[in-house]
Amino acid sequence: MTGAALSALWGHWRRHPGQSLTLVLGLALATALWSGVQAINAEARASYDRAAAALGQNDLDTLGASDGRLFDQSAYVDLRRAGWLVSPALEGRLRVGERSVTLRGLDPLTAPLAANPVDLSDPGDLAPFLRGEVGYLHPETLATLDPTLLPLRVAPALRLPLGVLIVDIGAAQRLLDQPGRVSHLLVWPNQPRGLPALDAVAPDLVRRAPQARADVASLTDSFHLNLTAFGFLAFAVGLFIVHSAIGLAFEQRRTTFRTLRALGLPAGRLVGLLAAEVTLLALLAGGIGLGLGALVAALLLPDVAATLRGLYGAEVTGALTLRPAWALAGLGLALAGAFAAAAQGLWRVLRLPVLAPAQPRAWLRASDRGLVVQAAMAALLLILAGIIALTATGLIAAFVLLACLLLGAALALPPLLSGLLALAARRTRSVLGQWVLADTRQQVPGLGLALMALMLALAANIGVGTMVSSFRMTFTGWLDQRLASEFYVTGRTQDEADAIRALLAPQALAVLPIWRAAQPLAGAPGEVYAVADHPTYRDNWPLLRAGPQVWDRVADGTGLLINEQLWRRSGLQLGDRLDLPGWSAPVVGVYSDYGNPKGQVMLSPDRFTALYPDAPRLGMAVRIAPEAIPALRAAISDRFGLPDALMIDQAAVKRFSLGVFERTFAVSGALNVLTLGVAGFALLTSFLTLAAMRLPQLAPIWALGLTRARLARIELARAAILAALTALYALPVGLAMAWTLLAVVNVEAFGWRLPMFLFPGQWAVLGALALGAALLAAVWPVRRLARTPPADLLKVFAHDR
Amino acid sequence: MLVALTGVEKTYASADGPQRVLQGVDLTLDAGRSLALTGESGSGKSTLLHLVGGLDVPDAGRVMVGGQDLSRLDDAGRARHRREGVGIVFQQFNLIPSLDVAANLSFQARLAGRHDPAWSARLLDRLGLTGLAGRYPEQLSGGQQQRVAIGRALAARPPLILADEPTGNLDEATGDAVLDLLLDLVRDTGTALLMVTHSTRLAARLDARAHLSRGRLA
Amino acid sequence: MIARALALVLSLVLLAPVASAQGFAGLGTDAGEGFTRPERGQPLVFPRDHGPHPDYRIEWWYLTATLTGEDGRAYGIQWTLFRSALEPRRTTGWDSPQIWMGHAALTTPGRHFVAERLARDGIGQAGVTAEPFKAWIDDWRMTGTSGTADALDRVRLTARGVEFSYDLDLAAEGPLVAQGDEGYSVKSASGQASWYYSQPFYRVSGTLELPDGPVRVTGQAWLDREWSSQPLDPDQTGWDWISLVFDDGARLMGFRLRDRSGGGYTSGTWIAPDGTPTPLAPNALRFTPLRIARVAGRDVPVDWRIELPGRALDVTLTALNDAAWMATLTPYWEGPVAITGSHAGRGYLEMTGYDP
Repeated sequence: MTGAALSALWGHWRRHPGQSLTLVLGLALATALWSGVQAINAEARASYDRAAAALGQNDLDTLGASDGRLFDQSAYVDLRRAGWLVSPALEGRLRVGERSVTLRGLDPLTAPLAANPVDLSDPGDLAPFLRGEVGYLHPETLATLDPTLLPLRVAPALRLPLGVLIVDIGAAQRLLDQPGRVSHLLVWPNQPRGLPALDAVAPDLVRRAPQARADVASLTDSFHLNLTAFGFLAFAVGLFIVHSAIGLAFEQRRTTFRTLRALGLPAGRLVGLLAAEVTLLALLAGGIGLGLGALVAALLLPDVAATLRGLYGAEVTGALTLRPAWALAGLGLALAGAFAAAAQGLWRVLRLPVLAPAQPRAWLRASDRGLVVQAAMAALLLILAGIIALTATGLIAAFVLLACLLLGAALALPPLLSGLLALAARRTRSVLGQWVLADTRQQVPGLGLALMALMLALAANIGVGTMVSSFRMTFTGWLDQRLASEFYVTGRTQDEADAIRALLAPQALAVLPIWRAAQPLAGAPGEVYAVADHPTYRDNWPLLRAGPQVWDRVADGTGLLINEQLWRRSGLQLGDRLDLPGWSAPVVGVYSDYGNPKGQVMLSPDRFTALYPDAPRLGMAVRIAPEAIPALRAAISDRFGLPDALMIDQAAVKRFSLGVFERTFAVSGALNVLTLGVAGFALLTSFLTLAAMRLPQLAPIWALGLTRARLARIELARAAILAALTALYALPVGLAMAWTLLAVVNVEAFGWRLPMFLFPGQWAVLGALALGAALLAAVWPVRRLARTPPADLLKVFAHDR
Repeated sequence: MLVALTGVEKTYASADGPQRVLQGVDLTLDAGRSLALTGESGSGKSTLLHLVGGLDVPDAGRVMVGGQDLSRLDDAGRARHRREGVGIVFQQFNLIPSLDVAANLSFQARLAGRHDPAWSARLLDRLGLTGLAGRYPEQLSGGQQQRVAIGRALAARPPLILADEPTGNLDEATGDAVLDLLLDLVRDTGTALLMVTHSTRLAARLDARAHLSRGRLA
Repeated sequence: MIARALALVLSLVLLAPVASAQGFAGLGTDAGEGFTRPERGQPLVFPRDHGPHPDYRIEWWYLTATLTGEDGRAYGIQWTLFRSALEPRRTTGWDSPQIWMGHAALTTPGRHFVAERLARDGIGQAGVTAEPFKAWIDDWRMTGTSGTADALDRVRLTARGVEFSYDLDLAAEGPLVAQGDEGYSVKSASGQASWYYSQPFYRVSGTLELPDGPVRVTGQAWLDREWSSQPLDPDQTGWDWISLVFDDGARLMGFRLRDRSGGGYTSGTWIAPDGTPTPLAPNALRFTPLRIARVAGRDVPVDWRIELPGRALDVTLTALNDAAWMATLTPYWEGPVAITGSHAGRGYLEMTGYDP
């Protein structure tokens, strides 16, 4: 019996290949976007974890000099001979031709296993490593370097972070020319009992808690959360398609179900068979989706990697590896999604009376009660969004706010449309107009999901588009202010920098310092910059808040500037004192600092030199007539052999910065387009399925004296009305989303708040796009209608010839 | 002479090959008269009705209604004929689910530009639908729905009503009542009626009968 | 003792805990380049030979002690410093191609504590000097405290693990004992050999620090010094090694080599109470497992019958703690045993090559 029932049920899919395709494609698209995003995130996370694990910084304490400088390895031996289990490390930059890598020296014999990223278990590997003959690099980094310029033989190691060359500690001391010096010690997690106190053995060293991925991962969390949110949005949109396809398949098979039940198939068995069918379809679609997702990820990953490198300095591989985690999650989500979409249908089948009417119920009059419930839920969600907007903080809350806003707005769409159409119908005098409006209103439940999907996609486009455009506008203006100097030069050594400065000074209008030192600020990585007292800054620097005589206060060393990120993170107000090691001063100004995730402080060069005597002072900004730059560049190049990468003119910096900016939002843009595509597809399938069901509705109208052509035109107009209303509605929703992104998400994720600009041109384009999508989706069924032979229309009436 | 069919032939494609549904039918109906069209299943009754209603065109022969050759009309002309020249009552009622009873009843008349509120109100009254004017089709019984359909067909005051098994979906008592209403109304308004039925009992109540068998009039 | 060499070699090779017989065999073929080989007939010279021999590939300072606490309970400790050379030279700084490894253990009837240390040569973290005698890795020390006599006559011994530590004073009550032919100890029929001498006559007193608190202990200790450059026979799968101290003052060092064919080869030295060594004829000593215990996922014979018919010796060795498992990079079993039967006393048992 089960076999017979199965063939009866599957016959449907064979007879409706379009519907099967819709279902599988919808689910596959949804899974693809979701799993694509997940794959990107997984790849990035793996890169961060590699980076963090490389020196055990993810879970090991470290010992270092309080000023962060190198110290003598005798402190290491003293600690070991006092019983402390520590392991030495020396880290620095190593120049390889015109590129440079992070050189990490470690002692494989004492490094905790967790901090030992290189497998030296092969007998032939340890000895050459200890001898300093071999180092290890990630193959991707290795590929970017000229091997002939490397100071030692380098072997590839996949577990390593990108851009990091691992060598023996002895080799590191030799290559960095720091004999007997180390940068920090790794502290084993389990220490023996009864050890002497740390400050009795090594009084100059400070113990630091693990950075707990503070470096890269926490900074980029917001970025990945962003991606994840988009992935979910895309998946939700895709589910709309699946829901309507599965719903239709169930609806159209009501006769079959009834017959099977009447022939004695238990309801439980029937539901079981249908559930198995859904599972099979979900797995098939999920599998296809995973393939597509991998493709999406592979296409987007290079952009994401570039963004993360440009914005956060995080090294992420550009190559995708298949990880079972996201693949399984993707399949699971496809299954869950399919069942969520099928739940209603399965429930109905379970409760279907054996003698239920066989007529498809798809054309039931709009259930006002259902719409009221939906409207109530929408109101609840929107109120919740309002409460969150007013009270909650944090990135998660911001995304919950976004979710409430979007879901609430989506749920509100069908009731709103229904009400609007009812209102319009009452005010229309023309009989056809009344019929079109009343009929359209009845289509709202059937098209609701697709319209909601379209609305969400449009709103997301408007929201993200407004955010990105506002950001771009602010950012370019800010760049102009910030990059006031014409030419930027960096020396490779202190001596070289000093010599270049001496060379430039007589030729340039001004040579301003760009000196920086790493300095934890408000519990997160940060940096301190020196800022010269010069009109370049007084006239141009983008201050958001400023006290009186702000530049004088900075110049005379009685005040300092902080960037917006630090200002928001620390809660410091103008006049509050900021503590730096060895100095504290009131905050006299706050400047905007887009594109930088770290907190930043600016103070006078004198103060800087006093506080960070060892910080390299290699960079300088040169005020000079732009036409003099080529000559200057040639002069420096001739005299010092400085590579071009260390001499950048203003235009190049701007180009680079804008490039970083564009890439940052390239992924959002791509996902946006894909989401809109999925929504368009949802609309198309909805119109197609409705068209199949509409013949019985249209045939009587035709019989009552309308031509097929006129009916087709009316159908097109109907699609246009729905799309236009949806697009109109999406506008305020999108703007609300843009506001949330600019005023809440950006502040939480990046630490800066941006002014919101409106771009009606974009809306017009999107509106046209939505209308176009709807018309395109409607035109096929409409053409079919216009060409339907009367015989087919007559079949609606025929019971006999 | 309101309706005149001469040598009408119609063939439909079907799964078993071309099916000759009408094979040279001649038929006439005078204004104000009623004619019952009987025959077995597949004899071509409905097809004949559809041709007269301008819902389809014959492969050969002429279909004249009100002095107009329907086969010479274009799509728009046939639509006007359906709108203004006939009122059709279907077995499945075919009301418009999104419109209430009053709107359904006046729908065709308004399409035809012949809406007469007083006449519509009278029809509602005659059909016993006054209290149901604000209801929607799915809230009505089969008999009530068919009465709305009859009202819709008559609201535009067409010279000819075409009815295709109008009581086929109703039980006998309801069907008889509905048919009584229909016959009373066509008589009162002087409208001609061409009704397809397989029931000789019902056919006997009309002015004349024609029997179709295998595509020919017997 | 040879087993210890295997342990060392494997430990250094396998920084990741992957045991592999191939690793040993593979290393065996290319090792020994430029290293000095033991030559018969060169007398040991003290205190020079208490210090390291960097031109030999492997070397150790290996001490075990059977102890009794004030509480009357039996204890055992192990203290070992291994030296392994990648090249036959020494220098200062990270470039020195020598590696140091320490193993320390403390066994009670109910617990067995293990600690392991690795260190590079050349930076002062670990090393050995002959005059004054000092052997150390991190804060583990074996320091000569004797003023005038042999540097190893009086020794202070300390080690520390996460949960335990000990601090013991050792005083020799007998002479150094050269094993084999004046210290030239042949290890196999194919001629592999090492330099090998012992100090089996230490009297011990000191303190053990346990999780429950300190315990004062007294007892006896046995030091082995051995260095060599020659790899071992890859056919050998493991060793059972004993150092026994009898109540009558005599000592016995013995070992059994197990090979793939299932056969065995035993050898050893009988040491009279005055320190006079008598090498045993091959296979004069008989090893018979009496009880197999499940330890760290392996089947390990923890109780033995030892027979030496020429000395009318027929004793049973009973492990103080079955679970005396050295969970080091290369794991093995090493723990104190009680001796009953024809002779009574206490000793140490080491077993390697019992794979899961």
